[in-house]
Amino acid sequence: MDTVIHTVNLTKRFGDFIAANEITFDVYQGEIFGFLGANGAGKTTAMRMLCGLSTPSSGTATIAGFDIYKETEKIKKNIGYMSQKFSLYEDLTVLENIRFIGGIYGLSDKQIKEKSGQLVETLGMKGEAKKMVGALPLGWKQKLAFSVAILHEPKIVFLDEPTGGVDPVTRRQFWDLIYEAAGNGITVFVTTHYMDEAEYCNRISMMVDGEIKALDTPAKLKQQYSAISMDEVFYELARGAKRSE
Amino acid sequence: MRTLKFLLHKEFKQIFRNKALLPMLFVVPIMQLLILPLAADYEVKNINITVVDYDHSTYSQKLISKIIASGYFKLANYATGFNVAFDDIENDRADFILEIPQGFERNLIREDEQQLYIAVNAINGVKANLGGTYLNRIIADYNADVRVEWIQMPRFNLFPTIETVSTNWFNPTMNYRFYMVPGILALLVTMIGAYMCALNIVKEKEVGTIEQINVTPIKKYQFILGKLIPFWLIGVVVFSIGLFGIGWLVYGIVPIGNLFLLYAYLSVYLIAVLGLGLLISTYAETQQQAMSIAFFFMMIFILMSGLFTPIDSMPKWACVMTRFSPITYFIEVMRMIVLKGSEFSDVKIHFLIMIGFAISLNGWAIYNYKKTS
Repeated sequence: MDTVIHTVNLTKRFGDFIAANEITFDVYQGEIFGFLGANGAGKTTAMRMLCGLSTPSSGTATIAGFDIYKETEKIKKNIGYMSQKFSLYEDLTVLENIRFIGGIYGLSDKQIKEKSGQLVETLGMKGEAKKMVGALPLGWKQKLAFSVAILHEPKIVFLDEPTGGVDPVTRRQFWDLIYEAAGNGITVFVTTHYMDEAEYCNRISMMVDGEIKALDTPAKLKQQYSAISMDEVFYELARGAKRSE
Repeated sequence: MRTLKFLLHKEFKQIFRNKALLPMLFVVPIMQLLILPLAADYEVKNINITVVDYDHSTYSQKLISKIIASGYFKLANYATGFNVAFDDIENDRADFILEIPQGFERNLIREDEQQLYIAVNAINGVKANLGGTYLNRIIADYNADVRVEWIQMPRFNLFPTIETVSTNWFNPTMNYRFYMVPGILALLVTMIGAYMCALNIVKEKEVGTIEQINVTPIKKYQFILGKLIPFWLIGVVVFSIGLFGIGWLVYGIVPIGNLFLLYAYLSVYLIAVLGLGLLISTYAETQQQAMSIAFFFMMIFILMSGLFTPIDSMPKWACVMTRFSPITYFIEVMRMIVLKGSEFSDVKIHFLIMIGFAISLNGWAIYNYKKTS
């Protein structure tokens, strides 16, 4: 298996505060990697470093084979990112958003046209294609944001709590989209607070107080902590946290 | 280049869809250009004057009617005594008191000499100053009239007098609008450029879309050009509407100088002003912050631009400060090219300085704009 994310002792400090402390892990191609942790555990910070939005204080990492310090622009061509905040333009229509993002990733007009058609079709948004994105319900927005994030067929897609505030049915559909993307060889790096979603991941890591405390498949983690569900594993690990909110 | 095309496309779509921004961009400047030049007039009119006439003679009557007939003064009260008149000043009914002493007519004829007393309410400095000058001028005029009537002029005047006759160049009728309109237009273009540019970028920060832009391979310069070009074009359009639509059609100000030169200067100027907006946006996290910072700079720039108060009469340190405000140069150049018809050689230094502003403001902004934190 090819390694697409490789980090060694990756650290981010904000003054005295160590948001992410010597994180070391590997993520393999095509896997769904769950990134778990309580609020304030440092998940978003770690993810922002991996996306090239934030420069690490120390440690090394390669993303899709590119150095996190020197080759951030190359990394950006090979990743997709969906942030906690909804980040499509609300005053552009669905099609205009797709066209814009496709355009800046260097897709040709023909590709953009094909992909827009396909995307609108699979999401069942044909009727909404010319509507302003701001007018769509949250669940639809999130599915659209994910589809737009993988429009340029990146090697890795980073999802920061993509299903927060979304209803269970839409969450299910969202995970179908994730599985489809993983099936196409896109590595999915996802943070979540829903433990049922954690079960869907191939492997998960648990972050507590800026450090990775556990990393394995859901089944092995449950075995290791002799728990019946991921919920229990989470409580077991997060209970020791000193940082909160 | 292709990336830029998509950025511009997106930006224009958003600008023309924004129902709050469009009126701001086009209607507000037009309204301001229609209203401000009419109101911001340096001439002082409607000065209230209370007269205390102890003489009650033909001559005192003549003097009073001459003052009122000038059109600058309004007779507030014809008081019986100075104390009554002073009440008027205290209650803000009068700005001036003119006291005509008893025996005014007699002394003027017999002794050839008389004194008048003027009291001025100096709370409004400009009004007091200009009103005093007007009043002195009218009385001097009156004095000359009386002399012609009463004294047989010798063939050669014993007292040589010098009279000055002045001609107003470049603005022959001393129309304040000619002076104000180009200046106000310069100001409006500045505000639109700096505010709109800053607010637009900060809005993307607030909403979070800038994060999405930052994870894409968009280059810094592409993003910045994508923001500057639309607002640069809007600045040029607003300026043209102001210059031709309002300045020419409404106020009849026909630019005398070379229009190409004027637009060349505008182009450089807009780049500098947009650079300021860009710079503000790199420091502000919210639109509120951006507004506050922009407002601070605009306030200083406007008051020190020489639009409302002549720079030449400012203290030395303030004169130096005005040189750091880009608006000062644009207002100067506007007045020079539009009213005087100045050539390139006259505004060469202005060009160089503005290019300096453009490079340093944009350079600083680009340096400070970070895709990563």
